[in-house]
Amino acid sequence: MLELQIRLDRGNGFAMDLDLRLPAVGTTVLFGPSGCGKTTVLRALAGLEREAQGRVALNGEVWQAEGQFVPPQQRGVGLVFQDAALFPHLSVRRNLDYGLARIPRGLVRPKLDEAIGLLGIEGLLERLPEGLSGGERQRVAIARALAMAPRLLLLDEPLASLDAPRRADILPYLDRLRTELTLPMVYVTHSVQELSRLADEVVLLQAGRVQAQGPLAEMLLHALLTPDDEAGVVLNCRVEHIDAEWHLAQLAFDGGVLRVRNDGYQLHQTLRLRVQARDVSLARQLPERSSITNVLEGSLESLNSDTHPATQLACIRVGATRLLARLTRHSVHRMQLAAGQSVWVQLKSVAVLR
Amino acid sequence: MSPGDWQALGVTLRLAATTTLLLLLLGTPLAWWLARTRSRAAVWVESLVALPLVLPPTVLGFYLLVLLGPNGPLGGLQLPPLVFSFWGLVLASVISSLPFMVQPLRDAFAALSPRLLDMAACLRAGPLDAFFSVVVPLCRRGFLSGLVLTFAHTVGEFGVVLMVGGNIPGSTRVLSIALYDHAESFNHSAAHLLAGGLLLASFATLLLLNHWNRRRA
Repeated sequence: MLELQIRLDRGNGFAMDLDLRLPAVGTTVLFGPSGCGKTTVLRALAGLEREAQGRVALNGEVWQAEGQFVPPQQRGVGLVFQDAALFPHLSVRRNLDYGLARIPRGLVRPKLDEAIGLLGIEGLLERLPEGLSGGERQRVAIARALAMAPRLLLLDEPLASLDAPRRADILPYLDRLRTELTLPMVYVTHSVQELSRLADEVVLLQAGRVQAQGPLAEMLLHALLTPDDEAGVVLNCRVEHIDAEWHLAQLAFDGGVLRVRNDGYQLHQTLRLRVQARDVSLARQLPERSSITNVLEGSLESLNSDTHPATQLACIRVGATRLLARLTRHSVHRMQLAAGQSVWVQLKSVAVLR
Repeated sequence: MSPGDWQALGVTLRLAATTTLLLLLLGTPLAWWLARTRSRAAVWVESLVALPLVLPPTVLGFYLLVLLGPNGPLGGLQLPPLVFSFWGLVLASVISSLPFMVQPLRDAFAALSPRLLDMAACLRAGPLDAFFSVVVPLCRRGFLSGLVLTFAHTVGEFGVVLMVGGNIPGSTRVLSIALYDHAESFNHSAAHLLAGGLLLASFATLLLLNHWNRRRA
C-alpha cells in the first residue's frame, strides 16, 4: 500500500490537497489535464517536494510525516521524467551504472542485462545522450531507473515529448514492464490511449484534488476520463485459439469470447482491446442473420446521461466485465429498455491496443 | 632578471595560488547559494560580491588597512599582524578577486538543469556525491574560467597590494610593485622585461581559456 496525504499551497493559485491510497502492486495511472498536480504527486512520492506538508508511506515504511522527512537518496524510487534527464557527460552505459553503483549493500542488484534487453538498448551503450533520438533517450532513462533496484517506479509522462510513431515504439516496452516485473508503478499521463493500455488502477486528478479513483474497468465509465465520443472500455484478453481457416483469433476475456482479425497473434498471448461505446449496439433478442461477428449476452445495469441530449450511455454487465453502449434516447424508448433486463450486446468493432 | 625580481615572481605566484585555492573553497558554496536561492538577500550579496569590479583598489585597500591596523576594530583581537604581511595580502586579494571566481561559477550553476540534481538524488546520490559526480563535471567550464581569471587577476593586483602590503621583498613585494619601482628609478630595461612578461603571460592565459571554451561550446 502506498499512502499519500499531501497539502501544498504554492501561493500562485495552485493548491493541492489530496489523500490517496494506492495499491503497491501493478500500475496506477494518474490522469488529468495539465496543471492538475500529477507531476507534483510524483515529486512528493520521490521526496523532491520539500514544501509539501503531509504523510507519505510505502508498505508501512514512513517516508514523510510530521517532523520527519526521508530524503530522496534514501527512498529508492526510480523516476523517469518527460525529458529523460540523462546525465549529458556520461555515456549510456555510465548513466546506467550511476544508479547501479549506489545500490546499498544488502539489496539485490538487478541484472543490468535484463533492463538493457527489456528496453532494447544494447546497441546504444557506448553513445553519449546528445547523439540519441528522443525515443532512445526515454528508453535509456527507463532502463536507468530499473538498474537502481527501485522499490517503486515513477513515470512522469514518459511519452509526451515523442511523436506518435515513437510512442508506439515504446509502449510495448512499458507494457512488458507491467507484465514481466512485480515492481509497483505510478504512471502520469493525459493520454487515454496510454491509460487504457497500461493502467490497473486509475486516479483522476483535477485542480490538485482527487476526482475519482478505482480499477481501470470501473474508471473508464467515468465521464471525466471519456469526453465526447471517446467513451468506451478496455478488455484484458488472452488469445485462446487461432482459427486458420477464417484468419480469426479467438480471445477470451472475463465474461466471454470475442473473435477478431488475426494480425499475427501468438496463442496464449495477452492483449488489450478497446471497445468504444459508439461501436456497441443492443438487441432484446438474439439477432439472427446479422453481419456482426461478436454478440454477447449480458444484463443492462444502468442507463446514464451522455454529453448530448439525444444519446444515453448504457452500462451492460457481461460476466465480470462492464461494457458501454451509446444509444439514442429514441432507441431506448422504442425498445423499452430498463435496468435489469437481459440484452444481447453486438460489438461492431474492437480495437487491439498495441 | 635580478635576484629581487625572481623573488617578486615567487611571491606573486605564491599569492595567486593561495588566493585561487582559498577562493575556490569559499567561492563555490557562495556561488551555489547565489545560483539557487530565492532569498531577498541575494541581490545585496550579489552587489557586494561585484563591488571590487568597479571600486578603485585603493578604496578597498584603505578600508582593510583601517580595519586591520593596530587601532582598527580587528586590531585588538591579538591576531598575528596582517598589515604589511603576506597573509594580509592574501586576505586583500581574496576580497578583490571574489567576483572573478564567484560570477563564472554562479552562471555555470544557474545554467545546470535542476532535474539532473533531482535525478541524481533519486539514483541515491547524496548532495556531496551529486556535487562531485554531476555538478563539477558539467560545470567544468565555469570552474576553469573562475580559476584562471582569479589567478590572472591576482597576478595583476597593484593598488590593494600597495595599500595593505607595502613593498617588503620576499614577503609582500609582487611583480607589479617591482615593475613600479623599476619605472620610478628609470631602470627601463628591467621594467620592460617585467611589463612584457606580464603582458605576454596574461594574453596567453586568456587565449588558452577562450580557445578551450570555444572548443567545448
